[in-house]
Amino acid sequence: MSDLRIAVPRGALFDETLTLLSRLDIDVAEVRTNDRKLLFEDAGLVTMRPSDVPTYVESGVADIGITGKDVLMEQSEREVYELIDLGYGRCRMVLATAAGEDRAAETLRRLGVVRIATKYPRVAARHFEQTGRQAEIVEVRGSVELAPITGLAEGIVDLTATGTTLRENGLVVREEIAECTARLIANPVSHKLKAAAIDALLERLK
Amino acid sequence: MVVDRIPSGTRDVLPDEMRELRAMTDRIRAVFDRAGYGEVYTPALEYERTFASDRAGRGWLATPPAYRVFDEQGNVLVLRSDMTIPIARLVANRYQHSELPLRFSYLAHAYRSVRPQRGQSREFLQAGVELIGSPSPEGTAEVLGVLCAALDSAGLQSYRVGLGDAALYPSLLEQLGIGEEIRERILRELVDGDFVGVEREVAALSLAGDDAELLLRVPQTRGGPEVLEGLAGPLHDAGSGMRTVHAMLAREVAARIIFDLGLVRSLGYYTGAVFQVYDPAHGLPIGSGGRYDELLGLFGRPLPAVGFALNVERLHIALTGEERGRPRAQT
Repeated sequence: MSDLRIAVPRGALFDETLTLLSRLDIDVAEVRTNDRKLLFEDAGLVTMRPSDVPTYVESGVADIGITGKDVLMEQSEREVYELIDLGYGRCRMVLATAAGEDRAAETLRRLGVVRIATKYPRVAARHFEQTGRQAEIVEVRGSVELAPITGLAEGIVDLTATGTTLRENGLVVREEIAECTARLIANPVSHKLKAAAIDALLERLK
Repeated sequence: MVVDRIPSGTRDVLPDEMRELRAMTDRIRAVFDRAGYGEVYTPALEYERTFASDRAGRGWLATPPAYRVFDEQGNVLVLRSDMTIPIARLVANRYQHSELPLRFSYLAHAYRSVRPQRGQSREFLQAGVELIGSPSPEGTAEVLGVLCAALDSAGLQSYRVGLGDAALYPSLLEQLGIGEEIRERILRELVDGDFVGVEREVAALSLAGDDAELLLRVPQTRGGPEVLEGLAGPLHDAGSGMRTVHAMLAREVAARIIFDLGLVRSLGYYTGAVFQVYDPAHGLPIGSGGRYDELLGLFGRPLPAVGFALNVERLHIALTGEERGRPRAQT
C-alpha cells in the first residue's frame, strides 16, 4: 500500500498483528503460511522476535513496527516514537511469589534484599527502586516460574495474560506493575520523511 | 594474545576512512569560511561551572558533561559536551565590545556519556557554526543557508531539514492554562517521542474537546507550507515566524524544509526556531540546531544567537549509504 517497511512481531502478537495489517489492505497471505521466511519484500513486511522490533525500527531499516509495551518499557532508551496504543495483546506486568505467606516480604524484612527472577531486568529494577526496596535482579531467559519454585529467587517479575501459568506453578500476583498492550512505533526520521504514508496508515487505524 | 582495548564508544580511525573524512570536512570548512564564519578552537576541558545545568534555563541540559577530572588545585574540570556553550563563554569573555554580528565555525570533538552496548560514541566530531548578535528571522535564514551549503558541499543529496519552534508547544500548553508540573510531564513525553503518553496525560486533564484535540494533533503536524495555514490563536505567532524565515530562504534551501510543529529539542537553551537534519540513508538525525537567544545573557552578554552542529560521523555514514543506493545503514 505504500513504501513503508513494517516490523512484525512473531509470537503472541503475531495473529492479531496480521489481522490488523490485512485490514489495512496489506497482503499477509504469504506471511501467514511461510514461517521460515523473514523478509517479505513485496508486502513491505519483516518478521522478528517482538524484542527485536525496537532495534530494527530505531536503526531505520524498518520505518514502523508493532511490539508490546513490555518490550518498550524494558528498552526505554530506544529512540523511537510510540504512536498509538493498538489495544490488543493486553496483559499485565506483575510481581508474583509463591502462594501462602509472602516469602519476598519476609526476606526483605529479615535480609534486606529480595531476589527477583525476570526476563525484564530493567523494569524489575526500576519497580523496586521506585518503591524503595532493595532487590537483587536475576536475569533468566525462559520459564521464569521455575525460579521461585526451586529457590533461585523469592519472586518474579513477569508478563501474564490470564494468570494460568502462574497458578499452575503455585504462584500468586502480589503487585501489578503495568498494563501492557501492543503499540505502533516509528523511526523518528521516517516519521518526518514519510509523513504522508505514516499518517494515512494512522488515519485508517483510528 | 592480550589486546590493549580502547574504551567502548571510542575508536581508532585508519587512513582510508580518515582520507574520506578529511575530504568531507575540508569541503565543509571551505563553505564556512566563504560564508564568513571564522574557525575557532576552544579547550576540550572547561570548568564545571561553565556547563552548570542552571545555565540551560529550564535546567534541562539534555547532554550534560559526562567526564570530570580534578586539576592540581582541586577544581573540577569537565570534557565539553557541546561547542555552543564554550563559544557563548568565548564571546562573553573575548568579544565584549566587538561589532555585531559575530560569525564563528568549528570542527571539534565533543564528549558525552553512552548507554552500554548501544554503539554510541563517547567522543564525536562536530562541524558547526554560531551566528551571534543577529536576531530572527534574518539570522535564522542565514544559518539555514549555510547548513544546506555545507551538506551540499559534502555531497549529500536526499537530505531534508525539519524546522520547528521550541517555544510553540510549551506556550500552547501555557495558554491553555495547564499547570507547570503537568506541562513538564507532557513535554517530557514529547521529547521521549511517546505520543501514547501525551494522549494519556492530555486525557487526564479533562479539557474541552477542541483543546485536547489540538494538543494531540499539533505534535504530529509536519509537512509542507500547507501545515502552517490556518494556525490560529496560540499557534499563530509561531506559524508566521516560520513562514517569515521560509520566505527569506533561497529557493533551493526552502525546498529542503519540512515544517514540523512537534519538533521539541531536549536541549533547554533553545528559545525559538529549532531544526534537525534528516536523510533517508540514516535512521537518526545527522545534525541539529536552533536559536538560543537567552544563553549568551547567562554569560553576561545578552545577545540573540543561532547555530547548528553536524555529526560528522553520521554524515559520513549517510553519504556512504546514499552512494551505495541501498535503503539504510545503522549508526
